[in-house]
Formats: sequence, C-alpha cells, structure tokens
Amino acid sequence: MNWNLFVTELVAGITHGSVYALIALGYSMVYGILKLLNFAHGDIYMVGAFIGFGIITVFGGPLALHVNVVLMLAIMFIAAMLGGGILGVGIERVAYRRLRSAPRIAPLITALGVSFFLENSAQLVLGAEYQSYNSFSWTNSPIALKGFTLPADARISYAQIIIIGGTIALMVALTWFVQRTQTGKAMRATSFDREAAAMMGIDVDRVIMVTFFIGSALAGAAGVFNCIAYQQVQAYMGFQAGLFAFTAAVVGGIGNLPGAVLGGLLIGLAESFATGYLSSTFQQAIVFAILIAVMLVRPSGLLGKAAVQKV
Amino acid sequence: MSLGGDKEISPVPERPDEQQVPKVGVDAWVATHAERTHKGRVQQLIDRVPRPAWYALFGALAAFLPLVTSDGYVIRVGGETLMYMLLALGLNITVGYAGLLDLGYTAFFGIGAFGYAMLSSPKFGIGMDTLLVIPIVVVATALIGFVVALPSRRLIGDYLAIVTLFFLQLFIVVVQNGNKISILGFTRGYDVTGGPNGIPDLREWHIGGIQVASLQGYYWAILILVLLTLTVVYLIDQSRTGRAWKSLREDPLAAELMGIPVNRLKLIAFAFGAGIGGLAGTFFGGLNDAVFASNFDVPTLIIVYAMLILGGAGSIGGVIIGAIVVNVSLEVLRTPEKATWIYYVVIVATLLIKLRPWRVLAVVFGGTIAFGYLVHWIVPMIWPSSDTGQPVIGGWLGSFLDGWMLHPANPQTIGNYMYVVLICAVVGLTLLHGWWRHIAMIPTLYLASFVWDNRLVVEPSITRLILVGVMLIVLMNMRPQGLLGTARVEIA
Repeated sequence: MNWNLFVTELVAGITHGSVYALIALGYSMVYGILKLLNFAHGDIYMVGAFIGFGIITVFGGPLALHVNVVLMLAIMFIAAMLGGGILGVGIERVAYRRLRSAPRIAPLITALGVSFFLENSAQLVLGAEYQSYNSFSWTNSPIALKGFTLPADARISYAQIIIIGGTIALMVALTWFVQRTQTGKAMRATSFDREAAAMMGIDVDRVIMVTFFIGSALAGAAGVFNCIAYQQVQAYMGFQAGLFAFTAAVVGGIGNLPGAVLGGLLIGLAESFATGYLSSTFQQAIVFAILIAVMLVRPSGLLGKAAVQKV
Repeated sequence: MSLGGDKEISPVPERPDEQQVPKVGVDAWVATHAERTHKGRVQQLIDRVPRPAWYALFGALAAFLPLVTSDGYVIRVGGETLMYMLLALGLNITVGYAGLLDLGYTAFFGIGAFGYAMLSSPKFGIGMDTLLVIPIVVVATALIGFVVALPSRRLIGDYLAIVTLFFLQLFIVVVQNGNKISILGFTRGYDVTGGPNGIPDLREWHIGGIQVASLQGYYWAILILVLLTLTVVYLIDQSRTGRAWKSLREDPLAAELMGIPVNRLKLIAFAFGAGIGGLAGTFFGGLNDAVFASNFDVPTLIIVYAMLILGGAGSIGGVIIGAIVVNVSLEVLRTPEKATWIYYVVIVATLLIKLRPWRVLAVVFGGTIAFGYLVHWIVPMIWPSSDTGQPVIGGWLGSFLDGWMLHPANPQTIGNYMYVVLICAVVGLTLLHGWWRHIAMIPTLYLASFVWDNRLVVEPSITRLILVGVMLIVLMNMRPQGLLGTARVEIA
C-alpha cells in the first residue's frame, strides 16, 4: 500500500472537510432554529472569500505584500467573519423575516432567489474569472508551499495546518458559546420549540439574528480558509460548496452541531479519497450517492434523532 | 336628543374602536368574510367567463402572431416563450398542484432534449420519425421522474428539494463527462452525450418525411403542443386526481386520513410533470442545432420557477401570463435602449401604484427629480469627469437623462461601487418606516437609476439573472400567491 498517497489524501480530506464542516455548522444552526434551508449560505462563504481577496489586494496584492503575513491573515479572518455575519443578518432581515409563518415552500424559493441574486451580483461586480489568492508567493512565508514531511513521506503545508487549527479553534469557541452562555442557551431553547421559547420571555428575533450572524461568520471564515489552501476565488464557487456542506449537515443529522462537523469531515474525506483512488470527474457523483444513501437508510442522519412528526 | 349634530347618545358609552372589532363570539376572519370577498361588477362579469374560454382566447391570440409579423426574431422569441410555458405547465403540476418542491425539474427538460438528440441526429445514426421520438422520450422521462420520486416519496419538504437538486447536479455532471463513460473502468470509454461539446447537428422535426424547417412551422407545432397539454392539464385539474393533489398540497396528513393514496399521487404528480418537461425538451432539441448540458443548469430552473411564481403556482392562467411576462421582459432587457425604457416605465408605474396618498407620491417623485438636477449641478463642480459620458439612448428620455443623470466617462468601477452601495441602501430602506422611508427613497431611487444607466444596462446577460433573483425575493415577500393565485390562509 502506498502510504504517501494515503496520508496525503487523508490530510487533504481533513482540510477540505474542515471547510465543509464550518459551512455545514451554519446550515445546521439556521435549520435547527428556522427549519429553513438557507441556499444563500454557500454564497455567504463566497463573499467571505472575496472579502479576504479584497484585503490581500489592499495590502499590495498576492505578489507584492507589504505587511506581515500573520497580521494580514488575522485581518482577513476578522473582516471576512464580520462581513459574512453582517450579510447573513441583512439577508435574514430583508428576505426571510416576513416568511416565518408562510408555507414551507415560500422561504425555500426565496432562499434560491437570494442565492441567485448574490451569485450574479458578485459576477457583475467582481467579474466571472477566477481571482488568484496565490499564497505560493506570499512574501517571506510561502505558506501553501512551505511545510514539513511526515514519516510516511507525505508533505503537509502550513496552509493545511492553519485551516485545521483554525477550524478546531472556531468549533471550540462555538461549543463554548452554545453550551455555556445565556444567548447560547436561548438558541438551544428556540431551536427546541420556538413558540414555547417566546413564551418564556426569549427574544426570538434577536436569537435568530445572532444565529444568522454566527453561522454566516463561520461561512465567511470558511471562505478564507478555502482560498488559502486552494488559491482561487470565483463568483460561482459558493453553490457547489453550499450543496456539499448541506449534504454534510444532513449526513451528520441536521440541526445537530457535532453531527455537522462529523458530516463535513466525512464528505471531505470521501471527496478526497474518491479523487485519489477512483475518478476525479465523478467525485461529485460519489458525494451525491453518499447523500442519497444516507437519506434512504437513515434520514435523520448519523447523529440526529429520528424526527417524530407531531400534529 | 341630538347634541351638536345628528349623533345619538347611547346609554352605554361607545368604544372608540367599536367599528373595527367584531362582535363578541364572532371570529374576526368570519366577520370580515363579505368584505374580503367583495368584488366589483366588472370583476363579477370577468369571473363569469368560464376558464376554458380564456385559454381559447389565449390560443387564438397566440395563433395571430405569425400572421401579423414575419420577423424571424419575434417568432423565435414567441416559440421560446411557448416552450417555457410548456415547461412551467409541467412544473405547475408538481409544485403548484401537488406542492412537491422539485428542484431537479430542468434535468427532465434536459433528458428530453438529449433523448431527442440521440434519437434523431447523426450521433448514433438513428433518424427516427419525430412522431415516434416524442412518445418514446416523454414516456422515458416520465419513468425517470417516477424512479427519482420513488425513494424521495418518504421525504418531506426540504429533503425532497435537496434530493431533486442533487439529481439535477448529477445529471449535469454525468452529461458533461459523458463522452468517456466506461463500465466500471473495464471497457473503453464510450461517448454517449458528447461531454462538454454537447450533441451537434440535430435534425429538424420530421414527420412522415415532411421537415419542419421554418420558424413558423416550429411556432405552430409548439402552439399545438401547448394547447393540447393545457387541455389535458385543465381536465386533470378538474378531475378527482387534481382535487386529490390539491388536498395533498394543503395538508398531506389530513389527505391521508381522508383515504387519499398520498404516496401514489406524489409519484404520479412527479412523473406527469417530468413527462411534460421531457416533451418541452424534444421541442428544444428540434428548435436548436445542438444541446449542451449547460442549457439545463440552475439558471434555467430558476427562470422557470420565476414564471410559475409570478403567475401564481397552481393556476394555469398564471402560468400563461408568467411565462409571457418573464420571457418577453428577459428578451427585451437584452437591448440597452429598451432596457432603459423598461426601467423608467416600471419605476414610475410602481411609484404611481404603490405610493398613497398623493402627497407622498408628489414628494417622492418631485424630490427625486429635484435631487437629480441638484446632484447633476453640484457633483461635476467637485469632480469634473463625473458627467463626460452619454446616456445609451436618444430621444426625449435620452436628453432628459443627459441633464438629470450623471454619466461618468468610465462607469464600470464607480458603477460597481455604487451597486454595492445601492444594495446596502435598499436593505436600509426596509428598516425605515413612515416619512423617513419616503425621504430615504429619494436618493435611493436616484442611486438605482444611476446604477441602472451606467452599469446594469451594459451587462444584460447578468442583469437579467440578477433581476430574476430579485423578483423571486420580492414576490415571495410581497405577494406569495403571484398575480393570479389565491392567497392561502395559514391556520396555525
């Protein structure tokens, strides 16, 4: 067995899976509270990536950076998370709030419309071509190239370390927030039963806003992560990433946060190993096959509880 | 006894809101029934015309189009509109009647088109008669729809949407890589779908040796198909199946308790819709010289949804109107001159309809015009190159715009920034209320006109998609039942 290929694909899969997991968390949080499949979530990820790109450009472009890379990375993340979060809250306020009690089909179609709007607006403003992050050439510290070699002869780049470490940090922060703070408690209560939560004096509107902000901020961070590792950003990159992340959320059990992470890692690994060992053209098909299989065998996902339909 | 007028003084003091509150024991909804359902004389007369008469009228009007014009472009747009109408009719069954959110619908359209392409192009050397191809393709597509729905019938709402959306993605991926399909990697790669190159050199529709070669011919053909399908859909709508579908849409659980075979009806609705999608696909194959996977991707899906939603899901008349309005406006937006006109006509009409009382209308309208002249006077003094360009149109609107709107020499960059500012401004506008909103509307309207004139009209292919997205959001928030649909009462 070729350990080199195996470990390389394993690390690539975990890297990719971390990005999916971050997007899936936002999907899962929003779905848990609103029962809304927010198609626009993938596009928030795209906007986050473009915000990161904008900051690189402000600091002189990828080929001639004139600041410390660590400082720039920090600014990129803060800006992308803030920008993504604000965008998410804005979308909720404008497009979804009035549809809370509408038939289920209405917010879904609205979400499609928002996603379509964001994608095409990005194409109008930023162009259809791929923009390069080109982290190969970041001054003094070519992070996507520099790295170290494992005993199994597989190279791991700093970019991958940043992504995996960053994802773990964000997840720990999120878990702390949801489990330990007052707002987190309110979020869990709202997701359990929105009406009862409102009767207990929880400001549901505020909780939903916070949920959208946090979920979208995670997507924004995921956008930057993805671009550090894969060096390019494009207006339509959000749609497919969003679909895969949604798959991850469903596979893990939608509404369940550890499940979203598990699902994200699984999808990332499946995609990575499919590319490495089977066929790169049909990797998408393989991910879809996984989803359909999970949906049929265990519709509530791996960690989800079977939904009891109440009348 | 009267005091300062002819008002009676009752022994019990009147509640000030007496008029607005229903009597004790009467539900507000029931109390306002007569008021809500009140219709004027004209409306009553219109309602008395049976619905088939309206469809016949539409058919007759549509039949006139090739007679009044010989412009190939117009007839082609007309034919494409009818094709979209056919598509929307099929989607109307799945989404409008049965309430199943099918986001893989254009895959069936694509399967129909590729089916036609494989059966009547030099690709495999099969040149079947179109009268034979159509039933084969329609039945095959309906079967595929059935198979897709088979595992999904247990899934509710969102899950069905996502599985069908994945089916669409799967279809696109398979077709785009379908030029080297090998069975589990053991055989050589067979070229089935032409991959990214699509299938070229499609034959025209040919029935018993007669070629449908002219655009007029295609127009008649699609018109006949649309009218036939419309009749069938109308009859089903009136039948037991149609009523069962609607009860399924309103409440699947209650429907099941009433003894309606919910699962079977879902499958039928899916297969039926898919079959109509396949039928539209064969027409697409005949009208165009080649088919590509990208013809059937998400943008097409969203456009068909926009048509259905605009007209009102579940209404055949709505589908007709929705398809015409959406497709014709998307077509007209392609030329900057007409796009400019459309924009100002729509904006002025919306203001006239939506802004009441007239004081508000006067302030917003006059304010916007005055604001424009003010900006046009002040800004070039500070920044000279801000008005060195020209509006895209001539005529009196062009000369008005020349004096009112800024046209920078190089509008792309500033237009992009202003577009982002405009989105923020519109979001901000939804947060304001009362007079603040009306005041804030003035600069926003000017900004929107600036972006439209300088940026959006020059990129018609993206602008039309942006507008479709905006239309879906606005419609769903303002009038989810569309133009002709009936508002649904949600009983919590």
